[in-house]
Amino acid sequence: MTSPKVISRKTSSKDLDQDYRWGFVTDIESETAPKGLSEDVVRFISQKKEEPEWLLEWRLKAYRHFLTIQDKEPDWAMIKYPKIDLQDMHYYSAPKKQGDGPKSMDEVDPELIAAFDKLGIPIQEQKKLAGVVEEEGEPGEEDGVRPPGAPSQVAVDAVFDSVSVATTYQKMLEEHGVVFCSVSEAVKRVPEIVKKYLGSVVPYTDNYYAALNSAVFSDGSFVYIPKGVRCPIELMTYFRINTLDSGQFERTLIIAEDSSYVSYLEGCTAPMRKSHQLHAAVVELVALDNAEIKYSTLQNWYPGDKEGKGGVYNFVTKRGKCQGVNSKISWTQVETGSAITWKYPSVILQGDNSIGEFYSVALVNNHQQADTGTKMIHIGKNTKSTIVAKGISAGKGQSTYRGLVQILPTAENATNFTQCDSLLVGDKCGAHTVPYIEVRNPTARMEHEASTSKVSDDQLFYCQQRGLDQEEAHYVIINGFCRGIFKELPFEFAMEASQLLKVSLEGTVG
Amino acid sequence: MTQQVEKREKYDQYLADFETFKKSANGHTWLNEIRTTGLSTFNATGFPTATRGNEEWRFTNVGPIARKAFTYPFKVSADSVTKEQLKAIAPWDDKWTTLVFVDGRFDENLSSPAIQKNGVTVSNLDAALDSEKGLIEQHLGRYVESDKNGFTAVNTAFLRDGALVKIADNTEDTPPVHLLFVSSERSEPFVAYPRSLVVVGKNSKATLMESYISLTENGYFTDGVAEIVLQDGAQVDHFRLMREAAQAYHITTTQVHQSKDSTFNSTSFARGSSIARNQIHVALDGPGAACTLKGLYLTDGSEHIDNNINIDHLKPHTNSDLFFKGILAGKSKAVFSGRVIVHKDAQKVLANQSDKNLILSENARINTKPMLLIYADDVKCAHGATAGAVSDDVIFYMLSRGLDMETATRYLIQGFAHEVIDGIPLDGFRDYMDTYFVESLPAYTFQMKRPGRN
Repeated sequence: MTSPKVISRKTSSKDLDQDYRWGFVTDIESETAPKGLSEDVVRFISQKKEEPEWLLEWRLKAYRHFLTIQDKEPDWAMIKYPKIDLQDMHYYSAPKKQGDGPKSMDEVDPELIAAFDKLGIPIQEQKKLAGVVEEEGEPGEEDGVRPPGAPSQVAVDAVFDSVSVATTYQKMLEEHGVVFCSVSEAVKRVPEIVKKYLGSVVPYTDNYYAALNSAVFSDGSFVYIPKGVRCPIELMTYFRINTLDSGQFERTLIIAEDSSYVSYLEGCTAPMRKSHQLHAAVVELVALDNAEIKYSTLQNWYPGDKEGKGGVYNFVTKRGKCQGVNSKISWTQVETGSAITWKYPSVILQGDNSIGEFYSVALVNNHQQADTGTKMIHIGKNTKSTIVAKGISAGKGQSTYRGLVQILPTAENATNFTQCDSLLVGDKCGAHTVPYIEVRNPTARMEHEASTSKVSDDQLFYCQQRGLDQEEAHYVIINGFCRGIFKELPFEFAMEASQLLKVSLEGTVG
Repeated sequence: MTQQVEKREKYDQYLADFETFKKSANGHTWLNEIRTTGLSTFNATGFPTATRGNEEWRFTNVGPIARKAFTYPFKVSADSVTKEQLKAIAPWDDKWTTLVFVDGRFDENLSSPAIQKNGVTVSNLDAALDSEKGLIEQHLGRYVESDKNGFTAVNTAFLRDGALVKIADNTEDTPPVHLLFVSSERSEPFVAYPRSLVVVGKNSKATLMESYISLTENGYFTDGVAEIVLQDGAQVDHFRLMREAAQAYHITTTQVHQSKDSTFNSTSFARGSSIARNQIHVALDGPGAACTLKGLYLTDGSEHIDNNINIDHLKPHTNSDLFFKGILAGKSKAVFSGRVIVHKDAQKVLANQSDKNLILSENARINTKPMLLIYADDVKCAHGATAGAVSDDVIFYMLSRGLDMETATRYLIQGFAHEVIDGIPLDGFRDYMDTYFVESLPAYTFQMKRPGRN
C-alpha cells in the first residue's frame, strides 16, 4: 500500500467551490409509486418486481409488524430532526426500462450514463474499471481521486435509485460461481438461497427502520460466494438517491460459504435536494465456516447546506453474522456525508474463534449529526473483536460514538479491544462517547479506552513552521489521525476517503 | 393492567403516611411548602419502574421497591440500639462528631453533643430550623434534581430529621463529622429518609463521613439525599460507607455543588444489597473547581449495585477524576454509569474516568457505561473500562512461588482493592476499611472453570 497522495497546493480546495460536488439532478422518466405507505404500496412494489408469493408474504408480515410499532420511532440517539412524514414520500421509483432492460451498455439511457460519468463511474468504458486508466481527470474527478495505475479491478453494481441498472463483470464472476446481482434478480436466480438468508441476520422485528425496510425494500445488491472461492475482484456498488422525495430502501445480502473470501465496497453520493431525504437501508452479511467478508463503506451523501437545511437522513441497520467457526467479518466505514447518520454496523460472533472488526471515521461539519458505532455480540468461544472509531467534529456538528460490547456466558475467553478517539475543530461542535459494556463471562477480557481533545497547538505550530498554512496544517494532522482507519480500506477507496476528508473539512478553520 | 392497580395501592401507603406525617412534623410554612411540592412531584412521577426506553434506569429494575409497601417509622423506641452495637460494626472514633440516625430519625443519646459555635453548626436539621432558618431556606433542595426523580421527591416530602453541617468561612480545624444512618430491627418493612445538608464556607476545610449500616437482616428501604455545597476555595474530604443488609433496598443521591477553586475528594465503599443505587452528581460551577471521586464496590449472592455518577463541567478550568473498581462474585450484578458532560464554553477542562472490574464467578454480570459528552473544544478527556478475571499467568507465577491457591487469590483481590483503600487519608476510616474489606471478601477462591486447568 502506498502512502496517500499528498494534496498538491495547486489543486487547492478553493477550486472545488466548497459546495457539494455531486449536486445535480438527472432527468429520467421513472415509474413511481404514488406517495404514501400502505399495504397497496407494498403489493405494488412486490408486483412491479415480479416477486414470488413467499416474498410478498414476508413483506406484508413486516408491514403489519411495522404498523404495530409505527408510533415508536426510536428516540434514544443523540440526534435532532423534525418528524419524518412517512406518508409524504415515494416508496418506489425505477428508471424506465427500454425494451429488455439495460443489460448492455448500448441500451442504457444516455442521461443515466451521463449521471454515472458525473459520479466518476465510467460504466461505458469497462476497461477503465480493469485498472487501465488511460486518461486522467474523469468528469468530476479533477483532483486525482483515482490515480492512474491504481490496481482497481472492481466490479460495479450500480444502484440508481432503486433498481440496479447495470452490472458489470458478470461473466468473470460467473466462472468462479460467484453470484453478484441485484436482490430482485437473485430472487429469480437463486430463490432458495435468498429465502434461507433474507432476514436471518436482521429480522423484520429488529427495529423501526428495519421493519419499514423489510416491507418496502426496493432493491440492493446480492452476493453469494460458493465454498472455497476467493472472489477474484473487489465488488462494488454505488447508491444514489435521485427521484425527488423518494426514500431509498435498499437491502444488501452477502453470503460467504465455507472458506470463501469477499471484499465488498459501497460508495454513495446523492444530488442536492431542498427537502430531507430518508435512506433506511438494511445490510445483512453471513459468514460460514472459515469465511471472511470485508465490507467497506464510503458515505458521502448530501449533508445539507451551511444552515443545516436539506441533507440526507441516513438510518441504516447493518449487521453481520459470523455463523461458522473461524469466520471473520470486518466493517470499515468513512462517513462524511448525510445530515444525520444513525448507523451501527454490528457483528454477531456466533462461531467459535470468529473475529469481528469495526473501523470507522465519522466526520461532521456545519449542522451535521452522526450517532454511529457498533455492536459486538460475543457468543462463541475464543471470539475476538476490535473496535477503532475516530470521530471528528467541526463547525456545529455533533458526533456520537455509541457502541455495545456484549460478552455472553457462553463466550469463553472472548477478547475485545475498543478505542474511540474524538477530535474537535472549533468551539461550537460536540463529541460524545456512549459505550455500553456488558460482561457475563469472567474469562472475558474487555478493554475500552477513549479520548477527546482538540488539534494540538504544538502540532499545528510545527506544521505551520514548516510552511503549511493553517488549513493545510489542520488537514495534515486530521489525516494522520484517521490514517489507521484509511489503511484498512482498499486502495482506491483510501485515496478517495482522504480526499473527501479534505473537501468536507473546508472552511472549518481560519 | 393489574400491575398498574397494584402499584397505585403501594403508593397509597406513602400518601397515607404523609397525611399523618404532616401533623406530627415541625410546621414551618416554607418547609411545608417544600414537602408538599415533593409529594406532588412524587405523585406525578412515581418510581422509575420502566427499564425499557428509560435510559437512566435501564439496567436497574426498581419494580420490587415500587411493589412493596414500606411504612414510615413514626415511633422509634429510645433504646432499640446501643452504642456498643454501633461501635462493633460502624467506623467509630470518639474524636469525631458523630450524629446517629436510627431508621431515619435523629437519636440524641447515641450522638455526640451538637456543635453550635463560631459559625460551625453540626446538628440535626429539626433542631436548627429556627437558628439556621436563612441558611436552610437558601440551600435546602436547591441543588438536587427532584422534579424528575421520584425517589428524591418522596424523600423531600418526608423531610424532617436530616443532618445539618455548616462550616463558616476560613475555618480549618473542625473535627471530622460522621453521619451514621442505622437501620434497626423492626417487625414490618419500613422506609428511612436520611437527608443531609452540608454547607462549607469560603476557604474552609471539612471532613465528612456518611455511613449506612444495618442491625437487621430484614428487608427495608433507605431513600437518602445529601446536598453538599462548597463555596469558593472550600475543600471537603468525603467518605461514604454502604453496609446495608443483603435484603435491603438502598437508593441515595449525593448532590455536590462546587464554586470557584473548591476541591471535593470522595471515596465511597459499597457492599451490594438487594437493589442498591448510589448516585453522585457533581456540578463544577466555578473556574478552578476540581473533584476526585473514587469508589470500590463488592457484590456477592444475588445482589445488585448501580453506581450512577454524573459530573457537569459548567465552567472553564475545571477538573474531574473518576476512578471506580468493582469485585463481583456469586450471581451478582453491577452497573456503572459515568456521565461526564463538558458544557458549552467550558474550555480547558481535564476529565478522566475509569471503571475496572474483577469478575470472580461465572454468573456475575457487569454493565458499564462510561459516557463522555463534550460541547467544548479545548479539553482533554479520557475514559476507560475493563472487565475480566485474573490472568492465568499471574496465578501461575504466585503458585510457583509456593503460595496456595487461596492465598494467591486473596492477595490478588486485596491488591486490586487496595488501590482505592490505601488512598483514604483519614486513619480511622482507612483502618476500618482495611479490616472490613478482608472480612467481607467472598470466602472462596476462583471457582470457575479455567481453560486448560481444573
